[in-house]
Amino acid sequence: MTSAITRRRALKSAAAGIGLAAGSGALTGFPTIWAQNIKNITLRQFGTGVSGQNPIAAKVKQDLGFTLNMTVLDTDAAAQRARTQPNSYDIADIEYFIVKKVFPAGVLQPMDTRKLKNFDKIVPLFITGKLTPDSVIAQGTAPHTVGFVEGKDSLKFAKKPTEWFTMVPTIYNADTLGIRPDLVGRPITQWKDLVDPAFKGKASILNIPSIGIMDAAMVCESLGVIKYADKGNMTKAEIDKTIGKLIEFKKAGQFRAFWKSFDESVNLMTSGEVIIQSMWSPAVAAVRSKGIACTYQPLKEGYRSWGGGLGLAKHLKGLELDAAYEYINWYLSGWVGAYLNRQGYYSAVLDTAKQFMKPEEWAFWMEGKPAAIDITAPDGTLMEKKGAVRDGGSFYERMGHVACWNSVMDEDKYMVQKWNEFIAA
Amino acid sequence: MSPSQNSDARRISLRAFAPHLLALPLWAVLGVFLAVPILMIVMVSFLDYDDAGLIYTFVLDNYRDQLGSAVLWRTYFHTIQFAVLVWALTLSIGFTVAYFLAFHVRTQLWQMVLFQLCAIPFLTSNIIRMISWIPTLGRNGLLNQALAASGVIDKPLEWLLFSDFAIVLAFVHLYTLFMVVPIFNTMMRIDRSLIEAARDAGAGFWDVLRNVIIPLSLPGIAIGTIFVVTLVMGDFVTVRMMGGGQSASVGLMMSNSIGLLQYPTAAAQAMVLLITVLLMVAAILRVVDIRKEL
Repeated sequence: MTSAITRRRALKSAAAGIGLAAGSGALTGFPTIWAQNIKNITLRQFGTGVSGQNPIAAKVKQDLGFTLNMTVLDTDAAAQRARTQPNSYDIADIEYFIVKKVFPAGVLQPMDTRKLKNFDKIVPLFITGKLTPDSVIAQGTAPHTVGFVEGKDSLKFAKKPTEWFTMVPTIYNADTLGIRPDLVGRPITQWKDLVDPAFKGKASILNIPSIGIMDAAMVCESLGVIKYADKGNMTKAEIDKTIGKLIEFKKAGQFRAFWKSFDESVNLMTSGEVIIQSMWSPAVAAVRSKGIACTYQPLKEGYRSWGGGLGLAKHLKGLELDAAYEYINWYLSGWVGAYLNRQGYYSAVLDTAKQFMKPEEWAFWMEGKPAAIDITAPDGTLMEKKGAVRDGGSFYERMGHVACWNSVMDEDKYMVQKWNEFIAA
Repeated sequence: MSPSQNSDARRISLRAFAPHLLALPLWAVLGVFLAVPILMIVMVSFLDYDDAGLIYTFVLDNYRDQLGSAVLWRTYFHTIQFAVLVWALTLSIGFTVAYFLAFHVRTQLWQMVLFQLCAIPFLTSNIIRMISWIPTLGRNGLLNQALAASGVIDKPLEWLLFSDFAIVLAFVHLYTLFMVVPIFNTMMRIDRSLIEAARDAGAGFWDVLRNVIIPLSLPGIAIGTIFVVTLVMGDFVTVRMMGGGQSASVGLMMSNSIGLLQYPTAAAQAMVLLITVLLMVAAILRVVDIRKEL
């Protein structure tokens, strides 16, 4: 029975794919003139390096006919661009915790979910907040809490799903500590291992306050020194205590360096300056691709998770807006999903992505099974040899153990002041 | 009134007005690209803000919050420490190099060749020159490997990289040329007969240096000092890269605030820094009259 449904979905998706390839005009019923005009359209997208990848833009040109210009920025710069230069982009590829800060500024327009063909197949994590009906919602800025607004012109986040998305979810993952298994010399099982004196001068934490504070909170909770009501929304006292602890560790010489961009974390790890640190999954893959052992270590307390999506700039209208919706529908139709899944991220619509992946790839990345074939990155470079198992296991095992989401706190201003204190200490 | 008188009067008024006209483009450029942005920063520094953006009310919180915080004072102290240390090092290196070029190298051709040589590293980007220190100084870097291989150390030196040492080293490397150029320039203008006269009067090497060359090089030293001090005070990239993000500077503090969209705080920090640096420059100009140079 289940397999029949899957097959039907598969056929449907395949048909959609063919439709797109045949020309968007045929699929959406727009007049031919539209199909010609669309070739002249350029959509400007900015975002962080995770999804700002050129092969996606090239595929857009091939499948949809229009041009997608991508600008890649670091997390902070992306937030700034979204907020301060709303006319410089058409599509914002940003994280949900940034949306919490940016959407109320009125620079994005709500997205009509009725225009999204695969809306009902989006992972429920982004709709209800629950991965499975009985999961517990993690702390922090969970995407579904800032995923909807109350209406077409509303700037107010809706308490429950509406027909108006702030962003369409596209990419997410569960982050944890990266380690050099050859150098740590013992099993790493908990967040508090980051501050184990055994790794003095060889640990690192990321210096992006809104994310770093969460890693710090995971460590403090793991140490048992602080019990948070909500790590993603700390009180001033909790912030004081967390930063106090961090300063203590820093003064004791625990940290070798703090990193701010993806490549810094890769360099710290490959050079052996650092052997345990906060890390992002592609950074782990990058270290491994240099032939250096690096594990994305699952930890007892769970993961710190993040999610990103595409938002529509307020100024988009007419043909460009149509093209943007077309692009978003294409984004969820499977090719990009498979592309992202193959790099260790997760796509928002799993069913469609599955159609674009080999069964062995799907089993490795999503089901946590040993690789039946050599696993390659989208560009063809070898990522994992046959027989390897993904760190942390299957999709449900990883995303099911999210302890908190990247977040923006009510006491954000205060937290940053304190974070600056930690860096200056 | 004769026609000639009339045209004379017009010529005079035009002549009086001409300098202003000539200065107009500069005024316009400075106005648009310097004065207006600074005025905007001043304005923003007095605004309140929340998640959704700036709130247009006049508040002093941004200044009160930071002037009242121990972190700011500590960070300023730290940054000024860097500035003083880097200044002392670049000055001694820069002065020596300039002295060598100006007084030891005899032919003008070689002076120019060697001077250009000093500038060659500056054809690459600042960041590249800085980053190349990282594989040199790292735990498993070239220097540690060499020292370990020669048996000088048995454990890698950790303080070489991601430390205040690394920061100062990079600053000195990056900014010494800013000292060399103006000092060399003033030294080249020193009338050689003054030195001969001093020698004839019985002055030794140190007397000549102390009583003739240093006083006459002061304008160059002052200009170099202004360059180095302002560059170090405002820096955030070097401190971040070489300090491994563990060290703070005023610029880094500001960049953190900007990163978190706390523009009014960053603007207030910028104003405090601007005023501090202007005071430092004013102090330097009080000691040395650099107009002599110009």
